[in-house]
Amino acid sequence: MSLYDSLGGEAAVNAAVDIFYRKVLADESISHFFDDVDMERQAAKQKAFLTYAFGGPNHYTGQAMRAAHAPLVAQGLNESHFNAVAGHLQATLQELSVPQPLIDQVMAIAGSTHDDVLNL
Amino acid sequence: MPLLQFQQRTYDCAPGETVLDCLTREGATVPSSCRSGVCQTCLMRAVDGAAPPASAQNGLKPTLRAQGYFLACMCRPQEAMEITLAGEDVAPRTPAVVVAKERLNGDILRLTLRCFQPFEYQAGQFAHLSRADGLSRSYSLAGLPRPDGVIEFHIRRLPGGAMSAWIHESLRVGDIIDVAGSYGNCFYLPDAPTQGMLLIGTGSGLAPLWGIVSDALKQGHTGPIRLYHGSWKPEGLYLVDALRHLAAEHSNFTYVPCVDNDATADHREGRADLLAHADLPDLKGWRVYLCGHPDMVKSARKRAFLAGASMQEIYADPFVLSAPPAPAAKVA
Repeated sequence: MSLYDSLGGEAAVNAAVDIFYRKVLADESISHFFDDVDMERQAAKQKAFLTYAFGGPNHYTGQAMRAAHAPLVAQGLNESHFNAVAGHLQATLQELSVPQPLIDQVMAIAGSTHDDVLNL
Repeated sequence: MPLLQFQQRTYDCAPGETVLDCLTREGATVPSSCRSGVCQTCLMRAVDGAAPPASAQNGLKPTLRAQGYFLACMCRPQEAMEITLAGEDVAPRTPAVVVAKERLNGDILRLTLRCFQPFEYQAGQFAHLSRADGLSRSYSLAGLPRPDGVIEFHIRRLPGGAMSAWIHESLRVGDIIDVAGSYGNCFYLPDAPTQGMLLIGTGSGLAPLWGIVSDALKQGHTGPIRLYHGSWKPEGLYLVDALRHLAAEHSNFTYVPCVDNDATADHREGRADLLAHADLPDLKGWRVYLCGHPDMVKSARKRAFLAGASMQEIYADPFVLSAPPAPAAKVA
């Protein structure tokens, strides 16, 4: 069974996205990156990101990740922000009682975006 | 092969092909991103012909699904469809005669029009009003739809506002004005009759919310309905008696008039959105409607989400101004 199916597929993404996005918005160290963005559009992007991190269907490329985050890097996006978001993803999965081995796999996928997101 | 009508051209969809792939293959420009049915960048609307398959509407708000919106990257049409990009669907203009203009308070008047055929809309939606010279603005329809073609708007006199000045000062009973619509995703759905509904509005944002409340009660909504209407001054409130009357008739409806810095027995003191948050700190499972000042709508939306309301259950209708208002204007 794929990681995505083991996690529970789209239902799992839907359960996770509101929890994850709430944690991100409530974190003052990163919420300013979302100030000008329409909340619903941003929630849809968070859902797309979680689908990707859960090993689900997506057409993301490193180049697309790089381009999408370049304006944020220009605003000062750095390692500490990346780690904050990763921490919220981990906390969300723990809150949903996802087994640790699956959490590790999701965190590995999320971690693999590091260089593209930070434009390194 | 199903035919697609899009931007005055006809497109022939190959068997099993998605709308996005078909249009793009033939050189049309359709915005897209994840191409996996998640990010909603490729949102389109079916305006005629077959309804989009349910699988192409996954993740869309119920009010969008009800209006035929769908995701082009997931839609594999079985029958002919006429489609538009989201935001490009334009309703035809229809003339209406001004039947009445009445003051509701110092800033807001009730504009009553009669169209020459019944004007269909969902309570909570808005329409475009257009003058003969082309000046056009959006206003929320007030109250419930009627079978006699009569429609109502609550028009706030905006300092420096071109359309509102003309409506308040020049437009006369008996004049003709063009109406196009209806638009908007803020309306009542009877899918959860026991759900809690929180509605927060400022100024003339009361117009659509009053319609949504009336619609909910008419359709037998039994869950709690809490309406908070706010103004920065007592004179900014209106429809107070009508709403108190409605609350007296329906035990599940609560009306809370709020004035920013004024405490009297008639209303609560404070901002409508903050009072609502204090009264209802946990919005898990609630549906939330927000109408009026864009700053209030933006901050109340975030507050509602952080208080536990699901993104899918928050309906925001900010009254964005077409031009910056004159300085020294206090916006209610």
